[in-house]
Amino acid sequence: MSGELYKKPILFSIAATVAILVGTAVTMFYPMMTDEMHPKLANLKPYTALQLAGKDIYQREGCNNCHTQTVRPLKTEVMRYGEYSKAGEFAYDRPFLWGSKRTGPDLARIGGKYPDAWHEIHFENPQAMYAESNMPAYGWIKTNKLDPADIEAHMKANEFPYTPEELAILKTKTEMDALVAYMQVIGTAVTKVQ
Amino acid sequence: MNDYQYDNRTVNGFIVSSIFWGVVGIVIGLWISVQMWMPSLNFPPYFTFGRLRVVHTNGLAFGLGIGAIFGIFYYIVMRLTKRPLLFPKLARFHLYLFNIAIALAAVSLFLGMNQSLEYAELEWPLDIGVVILWVIFAVNVFGTIIKRKEEQMYISLWYILATVIAVAVLYIVNNLSIPAGWNKSYSVFTGVNSANVEWWYGHNIVGFLLTTPILAMFYYFLPKTTGLPIYSHRLSIIAFWSLIFAYLWTGAHHLVYTPLPDWIQTLAIAFTIFLIAPSWGSVVNGFYTVNNDWSKMQTNYLTKFLILGITFYGLQTVQGPTQGLRVVSQLIHYTDWVPGHVHMGTMGWVTMTVAASIYYIIPKIYHTEIYSEKIANTHFWLVLIGQLIFSITMWITGITQGALWKATNADGSLKYTFVEILAKNYPYWQMRTLGGVIFTVGMLFFIYNVAMTMRKGNLSLDASKA
Repeated sequence: MSGELYKKPILFSIAATVAILVGTAVTMFYPMMTDEMHPKLANLKPYTALQLAGKDIYQREGCNNCHTQTVRPLKTEVMRYGEYSKAGEFAYDRPFLWGSKRTGPDLARIGGKYPDAWHEIHFENPQAMYAESNMPAYGWIKTNKLDPADIEAHMKANEFPYTPEELAILKTKTEMDALVAYMQVIGTAVTKVQ
Repeated sequence: MNDYQYDNRTVNGFIVSSIFWGVVGIVIGLWISVQMWMPSLNFPPYFTFGRLRVVHTNGLAFGLGIGAIFGIFYYIVMRLTKRPLLFPKLARFHLYLFNIAIALAAVSLFLGMNQSLEYAELEWPLDIGVVILWVIFAVNVFGTIIKRKEEQMYISLWYILATVIAVAVLYIVNNLSIPAGWNKSYSVFTGVNSANVEWWYGHNIVGFLLTTPILAMFYYFLPKTTGLPIYSHRLSIIAFWSLIFAYLWTGAHHLVYTPLPDWIQTLAIAFTIFLIAPSWGSVVNGFYTVNNDWSKMQTNYLTKFLILGITFYGLQTVQGPTQGLRVVSQLIHYTDWVPGHVHMGTMGWVTMTVAASIYYIIPKIYHTEIYSEKIANTHFWLVLIGQLIFSITMWITGITQGALWKATNADGSLKYTFVEILAKNYPYWQMRTLGGVIFTVGMLFFIYNVAMTMRKGNLSLDASKA
């Protein structure tokens, strides 16, 4: 190998940039241009204003640090959580919320699994339901009101459809209502098919 | 002799800042490790696990990691180019802006401003700040190297240039988003595609913040401390180019068994296995360098930091590719094995090497000797023991979790509920905290030693000769 390259920092930097961009192009840029990276299930609906507000809270509280949202196609995983995750379920998630660690259980099939009241009681005091749980309590979000102006801006940024009535109702809702509404919609585009 | 001055004050400022943010990050790390087995230590809204964990990772990767990289790179670049920084005032401004940005970043994460992209949690106004910081850094590094007075660029400069380029590409692409107010944005990438972009970023930001910069330090400080030349220049060339080429293909090994197309996963796994070769190229180069005179391990107190550091790098780069294999991933992915893996790299490889670099630099720029080699040795053994307790307990509990999640009864039904398995983790999580405490005490010895060295030396004396 020529020693000259190590005397020419600009040429060296160009060579290094090319080396870095080859893998980037093949595994990241190229797939992005194909349809297989942008699938959408027929049943999948954009989030409603209340559900999006709940998803925002899920992100704000960093729930994805302890909960995944993707069921792997492994026998015991499907037995524990339900149908394995499909690529077309996440077309309205900017970004994806699959997570990387299961300190708590996976939530990809949590929608419709328990009634709303179950979630409220659980959020308020997880240890009352599961004595050995290490989840923090989230009762405090019950007293936080939603801000329709904020949520409208978020709906617009996502290009989700909404009605003025839908936004008006938000004034009467709390962050707890929103988070529960989000829980109940996760993964339902698949279970409805079955 | 020299008609110029090295800007040691900026180097010193970055080192002190990185140690400060390191303490913040480590203390929060201890706190969240206790929250894992004592949920009553969550204090909403600002101090719950979900918010503190991102302050921990960002504080250490960006505060300690990048702070140390900025300071140590400025030190190395000036010496390898045999000239002062091209823009010393810009470097000073860079130092102030860095501390303001890290402070604002920490506050924003406490407030829950979070893009939910791992290691890219900061919201868009802070992303712009990070990009400005990086551009300032790049201008000074490139400018100084182009105007250098030493024709040949040494190995460390290759890794420094690659770091500057790769981090810029990774950070800008992954953070592209549509703002929805000053404190909230939505990624331009959706669903499966966003997962692919994020882990292309997430894996490689580890590569180009916690691998290539640390290798730049290793290749500079190992010959400096031991007085031994690097074993093979040719090996370092092969290892460099194959490392930066292969790294960028491997992100999807974080997404094994997810809905990401299989071909991207498989390609990533294949390149991940290949990556063992260039990683071990540097490991072998390090070992063979010291192989000329192993007595350096006894006679020079810094050699063991660097050799243990590169040993953990070697273990890390075998363990990582092993985890990428589907058969291993299905067992340990999503378990505590993964934090065990990460912390062998960060507590074993990164902080060992960074600490050795700082131990070398501080006496040089303060024109004195290290305050106490004995304290440095105590620091070494404490961080080594603390890190081993941390990693080993997490590997055990990770395998246990993975196995129990899969355990079935004779009739094929699941043997344990999720919470039954969680409860079995508590003793290990408590052991992990113990490991963390021992590591932290080791780091306190380090900080005391550095502070006392600064006290007995003088930063401003005769700056031209350092």
